[in-house]
Amino acid sequence: MLARIQLSSPVRRGQPMEVRLLVQHPMETGFRFDVLGTTIPKNVIHTLHASYGGRTVFRARLGSGVAANPYFQFWVMPDDSGELLVQWQDDQGQSGEVSAKVEVTRA
Amino acid sequence: MLACALLGVGRAHGQAQAPTLDWSLLYRPFTGEATPSKARVTVSTPRLADNGFTVPVSVRIDSPMTAADHVQRVVLLSNRNPRPVIAEFDLGPWSGKAELATRVRLNGSQVVMALAQTSDGRWWQGTAEVEVTESACMDAS
Repeated sequence: MLARIQLSSPVRRGQPMEVRLLVQHPMETGFRFDVLGTTIPKNVIHTLHASYGGRTVFRARLGSGVAANPYFQFWVMPDDSGELLVQWQDDQGQSGEVSAKVEVTRA
Repeated sequence: MLACALLGVGRAHGQAQAPTLDWSLLYRPFTGEATPSKARVTVSTPRLADNGFTVPVSVRIDSPMTAADHVQRVVLLSNRNPRPVIAEFDLGPWSGKAELATRVRLNGSQVVMALAQTSDGRWWQGTAEVEVTESACMDAS
């Protein structure tokens, strides 16, 4: 699964850093039908987890109310350079991850 | 789609819109007995959304985000969607700012509510009204 992280720059120690995350996923609601009239099974990313330097910084539990190709913007306050790792799982048991290196500049 | 059809959605189809649910039914599973105070939470959405498939929603909570006083949980609720709980988010003092944004599906014009729980366990709420011209859950035939 494709995903992209964008970070605000420069990142300063002790200053909140803006994280924008886009994940490619259909987020099937389970309310739609295919051309043969059978229900397309619900398949959404139900949990998404972001960690920075091994510590959880953001967690999301999602339902079918989140639009396809989910987008999230949130903030993380880094105290040192490190790696932001985002992992998620969907209803079909598929999981994905994306990471971004963060260089903290001295303020 | 089935649920939408059962709820009778869509003015375009000459049917009544899905009924709105009572807020207390929606927040009680999170807040328990407590009624969230109408303060500190600001929800922003476009006033008019061309379609309900992707509506940008941003939530800002007035909080210093320190270890002693921070927002730990944010819940997005819709009172007209077939599944009213849109998403739940966990934040903490490491967030630095109590702000987040996402894009949601909305089944018709309605009020979107954000609940926030601060580290002292209290719940806060904020709402935004969205006019949705084309509701989600009407696609696919």
